[in-house]
Amino acid sequence: MGVEGIGANVKRKEDKRFITGKGRYVDDIKLQGMTFAQFVRSPHAHARVKGIDSSAALKMPGVVAVLTGQQIVDDQVGNLICGWAIHSKDGTPMKMGAWPAMAPETVRFVGQAVAVVIAETRNQARDAAEAVAVDYEELPAAPNIRAAIASGAPQLHPEAPGNIVYDWELGDKAATDDAFAKAANVVSLELTNNRLVPNAMEPRAAIASYDDAEDHFTLYTTSQNPHVARLVLSAFYNIAPENKLRVIAPDVGGGFGSKIFIYPEEMVALWASRKVNRPVKWTGDRTEAFLTDAHGRDHLTKAEMAFDKDNRILGLRVSTHANFGAYMSLFSSSVPTYLYATLLSGQYNIPAIYAEVMGVYTNTTPVDAYRGAGRPEASYVVERMMETAARQLNVDPAELRKTNFITQFPHQTPVIMAYDTGDFHASLDAALKSIDYAGFPARQAKAKSEGKLRGIGFSCYIEACGIAPSKAVGSLGAGVGLWESAEVRVNPVGTIEILTGSHSHGQGHETTFSQLVADRLGISIDQVSIIHGDTDKVQFGMGTYGSRSLAVGGSAIVKAMEKVEAKAKKIAAHALEASENDIVIENGEFKVTGTDKSLALPMVALAAYTAHNLPDGMEPGLKESAFYDPSNFTFPAGTYICEVEVDPGTGKTSFVNFVAADDFGRLINPMIVEGQVHGGLTQGIGQALLEGAVYDDSGQLVTASFMDYAMPRADDVPSYQLQHTTTLCPGNPLGVKGCGEAGAIGASAAVINAITNAIGTNKLEMPATPDRVWHAIHG
Amino acid sequence: MSTVKLTVNGRAVSADVEDRTLLVHLLRDHLNLTGTHVGCDTSQCGACVVHVDGRAVKSCTMLAGQADGATVVTVEGIARGEELHPMQAAFRDNHGLQCGFCTPGMIMSAIDIVQRHGGKLDEATVRQELEGNICRCTGYHNIVKAVLDAAGRMKVAQAAE
Repeated sequence: MGVEGIGANVKRKEDKRFITGKGRYVDDIKLQGMTFAQFVRSPHAHARVKGIDSSAALKMPGVVAVLTGQQIVDDQVGNLICGWAIHSKDGTPMKMGAWPAMAPETVRFVGQAVAVVIAETRNQARDAAEAVAVDYEELPAAPNIRAAIASGAPQLHPEAPGNIVYDWELGDKAATDDAFAKAANVVSLELTNNRLVPNAMEPRAAIASYDDAEDHFTLYTTSQNPHVARLVLSAFYNIAPENKLRVIAPDVGGGFGSKIFIYPEEMVALWASRKVNRPVKWTGDRTEAFLTDAHGRDHLTKAEMAFDKDNRILGLRVSTHANFGAYMSLFSSSVPTYLYATLLSGQYNIPAIYAEVMGVYTNTTPVDAYRGAGRPEASYVVERMMETAARQLNVDPAELRKTNFITQFPHQTPVIMAYDTGDFHASLDAALKSIDYAGFPARQAKAKSEGKLRGIGFSCYIEACGIAPSKAVGSLGAGVGLWESAEVRVNPVGTIEILTGSHSHGQGHETTFSQLVADRLGISIDQVSIIHGDTDKVQFGMGTYGSRSLAVGGSAIVKAMEKVEAKAKKIAAHALEASENDIVIENGEFKVTGTDKSLALPMVALAAYTAHNLPDGMEPGLKESAFYDPSNFTFPAGTYICEVEVDPGTGKTSFVNFVAADDFGRLINPMIVEGQVHGGLTQGIGQALLEGAVYDDSGQLVTASFMDYAMPRADDVPSYQLQHTTTLCPGNPLGVKGCGEAGAIGASAAVINAITNAIGTNKLEMPATPDRVWHAIHG
Repeated sequence: MSTVKLTVNGRAVSADVEDRTLLVHLLRDHLNLTGTHVGCDTSQCGACVVHVDGRAVKSCTMLAGQADGATVVTVEGIARGEELHPMQAAFRDNHGLQCGFCTPGMIMSAIDIVQRHGGKLDEATVRQELEGNICRCTGYHNIVKAVLDAAGRMKVAQAAE
């Protein structure tokens, strides 16, 4: 590696603008003649909209228009779609209710928009929105899974009787029943995976402008995937053909999944910008984020694991109810199915697995992918189960895991996934050493003498990233392919622009992707620029989610680079009168091996563009593009061990140590990778100790601000001890696996396993607040 | 409407604003200083922290009118030309930021923390003092490192002056 190449801790190129206040987020942008949108939102969880009286609002200062749900339906703007078709056990397709961008007749969650006010200033729009009078007829609400599946429950959508979207299964039921019949021991567990609010620090925002001369729209939006947004807005929502719609995602302040989806607010802003023929800006406030950003998790699960007399796993049976909220969000259907049940084998040899998942509508905000998306839920089930089993079987939790680890690769699980490589013993051993597991009993005894309860908990997670092989996901119901594109433009002076379909909203692509290119050519990262987030500049790409940007997007860059290098070698060989097979690239030079002859990259590039002396038949220019479709998922895996101390007097949990040993394959920039792990771990700890979206019985979200929803703050979390073990991913040219979600996938189980170890009970739900822990201790 | 006159980043400015205008909106909407961000509506997140008369203040907790006559410094005003403030440099060098949205408020709070505690900062104090600034990306690990690193740099810089 060079000082800026693969494996180097290069400081981030993008940081200067962020630390000097020069970042350019959507709300920072002003357009000439811009108006402001304020939505009128339902205060009820379930109600019929009997009428909307805009007359008072229309008379208020600065009001340009008040637009309603009926108008957007009349203008044939399409209903929101769900892009992954799931079929129930009986073969019937999932049962979806209609989701218009603003509700014309029925509202089904608090915060759903029924109208929008467009005004000259933000304050004028806010004032007028208060004056829009909506006549609601309240209906009974089903604010959670249990209420929605109870007999006589209020029905949300006529299309989905009993509020059931689907009743899905995966695995071999007969083989699993057989495994349980043979079992020496069976361990059972009931779990709640608590509902979370993603809370990227930048609230969602959109600016739409319409050019009536060109019949063309531009949308600035807080998106993780601007091309997917343009495709969906064009093909399904009928906003404009793709060539008449430019989508720009500039600096985006965090996503965590919540900015994958195309929301009603972007649709309405575009539609309204043509209606009023002015640019329209909408910036969500934090309460709107709580009410309308897709939430995450929210599962109720019963699981059983069968063991033989030697503590080897024979089978796993899992039954889960997943809350979808009031509508099916863009990728919601895939999260508790193919992103969840396919990971239930964990790191273990499990001969038989059977999972069934019931998807349920409730009168709550829609639920979709949030950092990890299905995999944290799977990891939580498997790792809580392993710890519970170790206690019930009276074996050391590390030993039980070692007894059951997969050690031969490739390994076909009973739930679709074929693990390509890994070394689960290596990461467990690294973590055990780092936390000094052997010394734990002495530390525990010392804590006890001081009146504190010390506990240690494990989580050996595995996840599937690098989403995803297009053909494979297509066969499972995905409506899109999940390849990625890249274009490499070598300019006539030898500088390089990389245009990528991935999108960075904190991940540091401008640095990491530059390192990839710099490493191949032996040049400085300053000679490389990364361009992303603008559909007018970048060819179609799929965006960033599922820890895919490097494994899939980076591999596309490698493929495009290979084409550029091949052509550049031909040009250099021609100029140097050598064979192209003798050309090697070193330190930015194209050298003839075994001679002192060479041509610098800028000279090769200049030759490509002057085209005065190119090989016969060669086209001028030095620019190539590539589309990379992965052959398999990647499988990051590792062990997290958490040591906590619980104060039995208050129920408060404190961290003594948190060790994370991850195998992400090759690391391009370890500093950035570790930053991703720190952030993921904190979100996982947030889920375990602090966070939880709470609805009351009427369907009001009572945790709708940072005063009511406990976000992890600096003194809630420890500094982390990170370790890396490495098995290179054989499935992509970089050997990388992805690191963005691991922390959030693995951490929660480690924390709860540690607390339950400390307090001596398996029954403890997340978030494990001091109140819950105190009651778990004292009954 | 009222006319508010104040000094922002060393420059005398005035603006005619509605009486209900918050300082953060004066900065962002009227003065185009968009480095100061709005991350919540309950004065919890700290993305809008600026310095008012030398003290860290959440600029969403203050009306623009209350800043009449005040001296305000925002994240745009702490570097000396091309030379970054030691806190800015420490955030970059320690990878104390990812998406960058909370960063301006973090940096402005952190400078205030170092100034109030002098050289006597430790990890626990930094974590406690950052209570009013929420970051969703970094898990705070590298922010804490950056603040401790900057505390050392600022001490050296002060000694040199």
